[in-house]
Amino acid sequence: MTGHTYVSNDHRKRHRKNVIIMLAIFLLIVVLFFISMNTGFTRLTPLALIQTLFGMGTAKQELILFEFRLPRIIISILVGMALAVSGGILQGVSRNALADPGILGINAGAGLAVILFISFFSSAPTTQIFFLPVLAFIGAGLTAIIIYLLSYKRGEGISPIRLLLTGVAVAAGISAVMIVLTLRLSPENYQFVAVWLAGSIWGSNWKFVLALLPWIVILLPIAFWKARVLNTLNLGEISATGLGLEIERERLVLLAIAVGLAGASVSISGGIGFVGLIAPHLARQLVGSKYQYVIPTAALLGSLLLMTADTIGRWIIEPSEIPAGIVVAVIGAPYFLYLLAKSKA
Amino acid sequence: MAVSVQQSKGSKKERSRPVAAVFIIIGGLISLVLLIGLSISYGAADIDLATVWTAVFQFNPDATAHQIIQELRLPRVLGAALVGICFAVSGALMQGMTRNPLADSGLLGLNAGAAFVLAICFAFFPGLPYMYQILYSFLGAALGAGLVYGVGAVAKGGLTPMRLILAGAAVSALLTALSEGIAIYYRIGQDLAFWYAGGLSGTKWEHLQIMTPWIAVALIGALLLSKSITMLSFGEEVAIGLGQRTGVTKFFGAIIILILAGAAVSVVGAVGFVGLIIPHVTRFLVGSDYRWIIPCSAILGALLVVVADFAARMVNPPYETPIGALIAFIGVPFFLYLARKGGREL
Repeated sequence: MTGHTYVSNDHRKRHRKNVIIMLAIFLLIVVLFFISMNTGFTRLTPLALIQTLFGMGTAKQELILFEFRLPRIIISILVGMALAVSGGILQGVSRNALADPGILGINAGAGLAVILFISFFSSAPTTQIFFLPVLAFIGAGLTAIIIYLLSYKRGEGISPIRLLLTGVAVAAGISAVMIVLTLRLSPENYQFVAVWLAGSIWGSNWKFVLALLPWIVILLPIAFWKARVLNTLNLGEISATGLGLEIERERLVLLAIAVGLAGASVSISGGIGFVGLIAPHLARQLVGSKYQYVIPTAALLGSLLLMTADTIGRWIIEPSEIPAGIVVAVIGAPYFLYLLAKSKA
Repeated sequence: MAVSVQQSKGSKKERSRPVAAVFIIIGGLISLVLLIGLSISYGAADIDLATVWTAVFQFNPDATAHQIIQELRLPRVLGAALVGICFAVSGALMQGMTRNPLADSGLLGLNAGAAFVLAICFAFFPGLPYMYQILYSFLGAALGAGLVYGVGAVAKGGLTPMRLILAGAAVSALLTALSEGIAIYYRIGQDLAFWYAGGLSGTKWEHLQIMTPWIAVALIGALLLSKSITMLSFGEEVAIGLGQRTGVTKFFGAIIILILAGAAVSVVGAVGFVGLIIPHVTRFLVGSDYRWIIPCSAILGALLVVVADFAARMVNPPYETPIGALIAFIGVPFFLYLARKGGREL
């Protein structure tokens, strides 16, 4: 939230520049998409890749590409997009630069659900791959609702600051429970939980893509459409009311979108928090502070970031893997710090 | 930083309340002494308060009870009090300087830095003596804070509060990710989790001897700075307008935070919630003057950690319950209540 400079003198030029930036990021995503399909334990040459895509590859090539790599890449794109938009909305609604899906307790809630399930019901978590995301989503949603209700006050609604503080407190409480529970896990289960919490695209499966897609297809356009509301909210409550905005309702709608997007992605990819924090900031550095540009740019950047991270994570210590959430932070944080050092305000 | 704009709209509770502050300091000190006595007397072996008194003031090395008190319980409970003071005061300074209500020592990269260096120690030098672990985690905390401030120092236009917070979040994310990576690869996650959970069971007199002079100097420094921090908490422009050299305040403030939080993190582990919650509670009780907030935070912080450590020993004896979890259990409901009741001025 560094300085809301509203450039009014040369609107059109700015618009064109921003569109070009978004197109450039999109092109990068496409390039990376192909590199990513090529990356893995079994390499596919570009020729083989194209052949396989058009149904002329060998059975093994088809299996690798369509059953393992493609769903995984698509999931990383969707999850990156959802987390970035969710983070952008939350930073706008709470008017705090540190907000990310974590402040609504989404990571903590999902994590607690997963740990509870593993500590009490399951000795082999990997057999439960379809049940686990559902549970994680319920955990995330419940936590968000609890935080909203706790910070809601009759007559006043929710103030951004109360929402943030409540979110931090509830997340801290849940983390405390999680720590007590993790200490009692068996080493194998602990390892699974650790990878889950770090965030990794572990369920490369078309069913997960299908589960994720409706959330993105429905909520993302609404988020783009509501982006202008965020501009008005950022002017401050009094001005926003003065401009005829029903603050409480708009806030609830925006928060619900953020929860839906982040909850769906966290349930499938685990606790990848950093994308939601930095993608909106990077977007702001590139296209300015207007949310109708920030939100779509953040979505593209989130996809790019997470797909890159997942590709690197698959490739760097083959045949083993590094969770994408870790790679995102390791490559994202230095770049973010560099931008921070370079920026003027 | 729209948050602080809301804060400085003067509501009645913004004012300083010296009477409440004096009451907290006196009442807090009395209850602290009582609690320390209680905490020493109860444990795996119960010892009556009279014996506690003689063990402290007329130590007899032949009595087992006296030895338990002198070797185990006294350093531990004093360590708890010190750790509480450190976390609370450093959190109060952070929140005052950055004007962000979410700031605590964890945000400066201190916790993440300490965890990162410890992960390296656990992975590559297993079986390192406890004393070295403490030393290395302090160095790690300094590394984290150094990175955060380094980015701010390189930046054009200096270290704004916003930049400090963002740099802190990014450095923490980076170091946490690295330690998670090390933990997953070398399968030492659960060892690290014990450290995260926190605990004071290993506290010895030597730690206290090393820590105390540093902490004392840092606390005096914090009190000397408190007036400038109050001005900074009203906003950088206000502070400059009142003739303050904000750069100097921020520099010394940062060093004090590093010493206090670094010492605390290295002894007890990544128990972050004290530094977040105690300054809020204190501000709610005594108003917005840091000359009162800092001493009152220190006392309330000490109380909280002593109580939590006592509970950590008593909940499920002879096993230790993680102190970080207990602090959260005590702190979260109270904090939620304050967030609801206090509303904006929190």
